[in-house]
Amino acid sequence: MIQPTTPQDLISQQGLSREEYQRILTLLEREPNPLELGIFGVMWSEHCSYKSSRVHLKKLPTQGERVLQGPGENAGVVDLGNGLVAVFKMESHNHPSFIEPYQGAATGVGGILRDIFTMGARPVALLNSLRFGPLSFPRNRYLFDGVISGIAGYGNCIGVPTIGGEVYFHEIYNRNNLVNVLCLGIAGRDKIVKGRASGEGSPVLYVGSKTGRDGIHGATMASASFDEESETKRPMVQVGDPFTEKRLLEACLEVIDQDLILGMQDMGAGGLTCSASEMASKADMGMTLELSSVPLREDGMTPDEIMLSESQERMLLVPKPGREKEIRRIFEKWELDIATIGTVTSDGLLTVKERGNVVVQVPAKALTDEAPSYERPLAPPPYLDAIQSLNLDVLKEPKDFNEVLLALLSSPTIASKEWVYRQYDHMVQTNTIVLPGSDAAVVRIKGRDQALALTVDGNSLYCLLNPHMGAMIAVAEAARNLVCAGATPIALTDCLNFGNPEKPEVMWQFALAIEGIADACKRLGIPVVSGNVSFYNETNGIDIYPTPIIGMVGLMEPARPMTSWFKTSGDWIILLGDTKEELGGTEYLRQIFSNERGTPPFIELEKEVALHALCLSAIQSGLIKSAHDCSEGGLAVAIAESCVTSEDFTLGAEVSLANRSIRRDALLFGESQSRILVTVSEEHLSNFRRLADEHKVPLEVIGRVGGDRLRINLQDASSDRASCLIDLELDKIKATWRNAIPKALE
Amino acid sequence: MTKVGVLVFPGSNCDRDCYDVIHQSFRQQVEFVWHQETQLKDFHAIILPGGFSYGDYLRCGAIARFSPVMKAVRQFADDGGLILGICNGFQILLEAGLLPGAMLRNRSLKFVCRQVHLRVENQDTPYTHRYRPQQVLKLPVAHGDGNYYVDAQTLARMKQNHQIVLRYCQSDGTVDEEANPNGSVENVAGVCNERRNVLGMMPHPERASESALGSQDGQSIFASLFSFMDGS
Repeated sequence: MIQPTTPQDLISQQGLSREEYQRILTLLEREPNPLELGIFGVMWSEHCSYKSSRVHLKKLPTQGERVLQGPGENAGVVDLGNGLVAVFKMESHNHPSFIEPYQGAATGVGGILRDIFTMGARPVALLNSLRFGPLSFPRNRYLFDGVISGIAGYGNCIGVPTIGGEVYFHEIYNRNNLVNVLCLGIAGRDKIVKGRASGEGSPVLYVGSKTGRDGIHGATMASASFDEESETKRPMVQVGDPFTEKRLLEACLEVIDQDLILGMQDMGAGGLTCSASEMASKADMGMTLELSSVPLREDGMTPDEIMLSESQERMLLVPKPGREKEIRRIFEKWELDIATIGTVTSDGLLTVKERGNVVVQVPAKALTDEAPSYERPLAPPPYLDAIQSLNLDVLKEPKDFNEVLLALLSSPTIASKEWVYRQYDHMVQTNTIVLPGSDAAVVRIKGRDQALALTVDGNSLYCLLNPHMGAMIAVAEAARNLVCAGATPIALTDCLNFGNPEKPEVMWQFALAIEGIADACKRLGIPVVSGNVSFYNETNGIDIYPTPIIGMVGLMEPARPMTSWFKTSGDWIILLGDTKEELGGTEYLRQIFSNERGTPPFIELEKEVALHALCLSAIQSGLIKSAHDCSEGGLAVAIAESCVTSEDFTLGAEVSLANRSIRRDALLFGESQSRILVTVSEEHLSNFRRLADEHKVPLEVIGRVGGDRLRINLQDASSDRASCLIDLELDKIKATWRNAIPKALE
Repeated sequence: MTKVGVLVFPGSNCDRDCYDVIHQSFRQQVEFVWHQETQLKDFHAIILPGGFSYGDYLRCGAIARFSPVMKAVRQFADDGGLILGICNGFQILLEAGLLPGAMLRNRSLKFVCRQVHLRVENQDTPYTHRYRPQQVLKLPVAHGDGNYYVDAQTLARMKQNHQIVLRYCQSDGTVDEEANPNGSVENVAGVCNERRNVLGMMPHPERASESALGSQDGQSIFASLFSFMDGS
């Protein structure tokens, strides 16, 4: 065994443990020099190596008849038939966005876009999933505004529509907001490019922006917790340049279209170090780099600055033999830097030279495949029993349900997100056939009668109370959103945001959430094709609630999307699925009683499957006019939203609910799963009933569309009497729901 | 057959959308024109598409106006050629001095993407003659700098010459502050030059030319253009 002489503080500065350092010594059979140590620090960081999550991620189902590329590449690839594929992935940029919201969010968008077009796909849609602390705190308003502007600034400029997303507000994100961004691209099936450096002796080309001193050690930062010092990490946040990225996108797609390259990899987290070692390692090859050839933004940059910079809008590519000149011409046309900075070798080593002198020489696989993998200890949180117990008897039903409904509609989590999506160009590329605001956004595929529905979903309070159930619900609800748009779910990507994995209760949450996703995926037949793990979402020792986010893609053929809002006066309003007395973890308990206890609603995947089959079949046969998932805020909120979501009109509803011998507040605001609110015209009512019977989905006709009020009555089972639970003017509902976020920002 | 050129500046991002509408919906000849081109004599009309030319890190359109192709665009305009600038294209035409006025940040200081209503103020142009006088249209806007400004004297002269072609309005055609998405002077959404061969507009007709996209009201901008060129 080699006796280390490197001081312990140098090792821990790189985020490496003593055991990890020992592993490096074994792999190298010598001590690493300081630059090599820095490289191991980045490559073995949680962010780059997935060292705590790998053993769990293996449990996710990644196979399916449409899957052409599962996790492991820059993004997942699914077959759309007739020579086209969809390429998509979701990624987090939580830590940078908390330190510097505009640039952090902007470069999050830039990073995920590169993952998609590196593979040869033209990005056609962006979505995001965001978590902030309440807007009553000035700091949260600053973060919220900055993140939205950053996403808008980058996406709008590059010309990829941001078509949807979700935002939740909760105190737990006060010191650790979440920014998850999903991008989907379309490519020809034969144009898919992988991040591999094959072909011994091939030159390695560097294209895009020059390398600067920004973002150095960003990946290491993203693999550590926050404390009072986090503000000082601002220089570690990269700065985005969407104009350069737009040119890079066009140039990369041009070289791919002309079939000029063997492999391509973007420089994201870990910069040049990460892309060079991954490209070499995946191809079982090596790579030699000459740092004096790297285009630099400033003089006097040291080798470790060059190797670890996370400057944006940069790529490595390996040309096909003899095609280098054509590639050069294309990048020069787009006025981008292009430089030959190295060679592909067959020795399996990452060799870095500075003016000919070797400064790094390590096996590429030591940095990637040989990175440590941990089966970290798991234990349920000690507080679990306490938070799961909920005594409803002490929570008296409010007297005025009108007030409750308005309070829920004005809570920023439920309120209209118009203030957000107005700032995103959601129409560029002229494919968006369902705009933001419905259950799922829909983009058509030009030139064919196909469209894709996309959604992102996750409820962290459910996951806190029961990670397995919460994660299953996230998958089921994402699928339900797509089904409500008329699309069949085909694949998903996940972004798993958790606390400090070194804590057994966080790992327990993580392990259970993975099992929940896996169980739901298997039963619903939806494979996981890509994803991202973000650990260390912890500030001053407090972890965020477990927040697994599901991004899901659905296919519809023909391209005839369904939307969530009521369409015509006189249509029947029908509730599909069972409503039970399930109030644990609901927005209602949180908003009205400041209570976050209990168990989340129970989901039976069999029922979910039947519900989806019914809804899709009914949409395809033209039986229903609107479909809206019942989620946060329950049935009452779902009905209210259906009244006022349309851009062009509002339509009231007269609803009469049968008494189910459950609490009235559970009936109105409970969040029982596997429920969809649909409307059906008179002529199709009997056919629809028959279809629901065939699928064995419980159905209740609860009212009719019409008027300028929302009235919800409760029918007493024993007598003919009905009591009025909710009676509100639509104008009031619409104003409350639409103005809540602008008001909170005033 | 007439041929339309769609200019591509680095950072243009509605170039393909304009191309698609002309090619797919109108089955007309259309070609991209790279910003380094120096002559446009093959074309019967030129479109400057939306986007963020050169990133618009400076004033919108301020750098694009120096692109080599802009010299040819000026010549094209002087020769009476038809030039349509949409969104960033409008901003470039302003910066190039081919249309009067200037563009400021939106009053809200935020990017705004939504459907707006527009009233056709002058339907006697090559771009609007297929509309009815005062017709109300629904088209989307998507911009951060659409707050059109021009001094009072020039505005008065433009009005006299009927150079105000489109104004933001309510769905019933009322032009008022509430209908103004960006703070534009007198709700101006689109203007032409005195000769009426150059039109700049902030709303996107190419995003409203198919029923699947929620409005077809933009189609007549292109239909007007093509029928004008055909002389019919």
